[in-house]
Amino acid sequence: MTVTTTDLLLEATGVSKTYGAVVALKSASLAVRPGEVHALMGANGAGKSTLVKILTGAVRPDGGRIAVRGRERTVHSPAEARRGGLISVYQEPALIPDLDIRSNLRLTETPLEPFRHWLGELGLGHLDLSSLARRVPLASLRIIDLARALAIEPDVLMLDEITAALPANLTERVLEVVGRQRGGDRSVIFISHRLIEIAAVCDRATVLREGESVGVVDVTEGSEERIVELMLGEIAGDMSAGVVDAAARGRREADARPRLGARGLTSGEKLHDASFELYPGEVLGVVALEGQGQDELFDVLAGSERPSSGELLVDGAPVSFRHPADAIRAGLVYVAADRAEALLMQRSIRENIALPFTTRIRRWGLIDLGGEQRKVEAAVETLQIDARAGSEVRRLSGGNQQKVTIARWVAGGVRTMLCFDPTRGIDIRTKHQIYVLLRDLAEAGAAVLLYTSELKEVQLVCDRAIVIFGGRVVAEIGAADADEATLLRAAYNLRSDAVIPELAAAEAPIEAAGESALAGSGVAGGGSADAAPGEPAGPEPDR
Amino acid sequence: MSVTTAAVDTARARPADMLAAWVRNNAWTVGLLGFLALLLAFTKLILPSYGVTGVQGLAISVLPLALAAVAQAIVVISGGIDLSIGSMMALTSVVAAVLMKGQPEESGVVVVVGVLLLGLALGAVNGGLVVLTRVPDIVVTLAMSFVWAGCALLVLQAPGGGSARWLKDLILGSLGSEWVPKAAVALVIIVALIWIPVRRSQFGLSLYAIGSNRLAAFRSGVSVGRTRISAYILMGLFAALGGLSLTASTGIGTPVPGPYTLMSVAAVVLGGVSLAGGRGGVFGPIVGVVILQIIRTDMTFLGVDPNLAVVAQGFILIGVVMVGSLIQLRQSRA
Repeated sequence: MTVTTTDLLLEATGVSKTYGAVVALKSASLAVRPGEVHALMGANGAGKSTLVKILTGAVRPDGGRIAVRGRERTVHSPAEARRGGLISVYQEPALIPDLDIRSNLRLTETPLEPFRHWLGELGLGHLDLSSLARRVPLASLRIIDLARALAIEPDVLMLDEITAALPANLTERVLEVVGRQRGGDRSVIFISHRLIEIAAVCDRATVLREGESVGVVDVTEGSEERIVELMLGEIAGDMSAGVVDAAARGRREADARPRLGARGLTSGEKLHDASFELYPGEVLGVVALEGQGQDELFDVLAGSERPSSGELLVDGAPVSFRHPADAIRAGLVYVAADRAEALLMQRSIRENIALPFTTRIRRWGLIDLGGEQRKVEAAVETLQIDARAGSEVRRLSGGNQQKVTIARWVAGGVRTMLCFDPTRGIDIRTKHQIYVLLRDLAEAGAAVLLYTSELKEVQLVCDRAIVIFGGRVVAEIGAADADEATLLRAAYNLRSDAVIPELAAAEAPIEAAGESALAGSGVAGGGSADAAPGEPAGPEPDR
Repeated sequence: MSVTTAAVDTARARPADMLAAWVRNNAWTVGLLGFLALLLAFTKLILPSYGVTGVQGLAISVLPLALAAVAQAIVVISGGIDLSIGSMMALTSVVAAVLMKGQPEESGVVVVVGVLLLGLALGAVNGGLVVLTRVPDIVVTLAMSFVWAGCALLVLQAPGGGSARWLKDLILGSLGSEWVPKAAVALVIIVALIWIPVRRSQFGLSLYAIGSNRLAAFRSGVSVGRTRISAYILMGLFAALGGLSLTASTGIGTPVPGPYTLMSVAAVVLGGVSLAGGRGGVFGPIVGVVILQIIRTDMTFLGVDPNLAVVAQGFILIGVVMVGSLIQLRQSRA
């Protein structure tokens, strides 16, 4: 399998970059052949983002060479990279919120017809181009961003966590379209933490660890193990190590009183009449397709929004939260998926961790700096936060940032933790640490509510899971039965013997599925109606 | 157990380490102090007779500006801005001057306390309007700058009034050595007594939190509205202190606002406080004020046309901030 240099579309060798004392990239190499989908893998902090930024011209490397089609070149800006045929789609959609979609396209000189074509392929053909970007749901924005990049027909398309937080149906579409890029003249660099996606669409994978390329793997059956080994280095192991076996979980005292009870909670357009109970000592999973009311549910529980009707009970007593401070006083603390919504990026780790619990301990007095320092140190220790760049949280890696948002609550003692997709866009090692931590919290008697967009997390961490559809809790599933297929069926509100619509849709002709689910609308899509006759495919469940 | 021990060790860090950490975290202010030292050397060079009198005059002229800069810094750190500081200083100054004129010395104490309370109230009005009406702070405080300036003219139409003797004595002259002007001592005491406890309190942390990331602060249980209003109230207190210092240093009240509002914004920027909020402190802006004031003095000594001096001052402001940012950028990339 030797390839001569001239055969490569993009080749980076020995790229290095240091920020002050922190070495972001030691010696990274990446060789992309024409017509392949090439995965770039690595734990957070391994240097993936830095390498991508260097390739797209956002950051200048300290050393190494980059060649496109055999010719060496230095890229000074994203615009220059773009002209050179290299386009990147980032996790955060690069659309101007106050412009409508059409103006956004004009801004990047995107040809309209190819854009519409790709939008259709990706399942958003019905999108109104005159709607303001800020009014479009995040998942759709990502699809728009991707379609915009595809329309320009770049030589190398770089996709950074494009499927993170996409609902399952759109993920399927994206993977399908990415897979079709194979075999042509162009290439895709695909970054994802989800091994199953790598296995589905990628030809080869380059693995980074601690700023170095540690291996290139041909993606075939069973190569996931090899990739994980490379990513983790010595500490490779079973993801569920240290996490209690699913079957051993889910037992609780018959007379236990729920820590948190929701009765008929209704809020906004999407949450209707949701009821469930959360017990001390358990991790309760929440599973839902995009936009089924889970955002509203967590806003209500965390005290950010007030429900329009319904009742909330904490330890059996009715409560009403006017402000997150009320929820925190009642022991309900919130961990967001988006770190930018939770952290003071320019402040230190200490201040970020200390922020909420000083609020609670004393209102006006001086902060007891010694005591605070001890609690912060203990929390940093518990979560194994790499605090080297601790004076400003924005300099930490994504995984470490998420640990800080969790540490701030752990430092004050946790009674009830509300986690909204806490592992979104986080490397495997940190994910695993978070799983273990959530289990430990539950073992210590805390109650944990965990919404997750990664279905396999339910069996890994939860005691049981509730499924929300159309704003209601439609199913409750014990951890032992909560395999991905069961959860997905329940999330689509289908009977357990029905065909999963996204699988059906993947096999269905593209045109038919073109009018499929818009993210956030909650409609399961045309495919499901065909696949499961007699089942309600609309947003109203049959209750 | 080992966790606690480690934590205690870190808490007992040596003073040298703490100093090093302070320098690292306040690199901007340290750089500013270096620039100030250069300026002083330059002043001595062009005017060999610059000495005690110069320092005395500098301290007196810096005091009201520094208080205005601290007031502005507090609001800017919280993520806002106040364009009515100059008008508030004028209003509090004339109220103090009118009430103290011809009154016995002792009643001056009541007046001073009253004026400080007035400052708190003015700040509360600004903050309350910003939070409750949801009109942008820049609009509200610009409008209120007209209101407070108008009120000042209603209180006193032309410069006049008086000041209690003891109040003047608090800031005029020197303490012990003639190199230690009372105005500088007063500034240090005021800021130390008010700012340091605030900085170390829960309110201080909330102040930085809402300036840094309002949503994150809200979700962490910080009452954003209350903290914003508190920031404006604290600003009002410092504006009132600034007004009192004007009355004390001149012995009268002047109803027309001085250049304090815009100078305070300039000093805050020069002092390394991010206009986006959440970063910086009050020490930097105070050094910034001293720098701006010395530049002005030097221009006078050099016989530069006063109009040209103002132009030059503007460019120097841009230059200093630019050079500072470049150095910071270089550091973060190195």
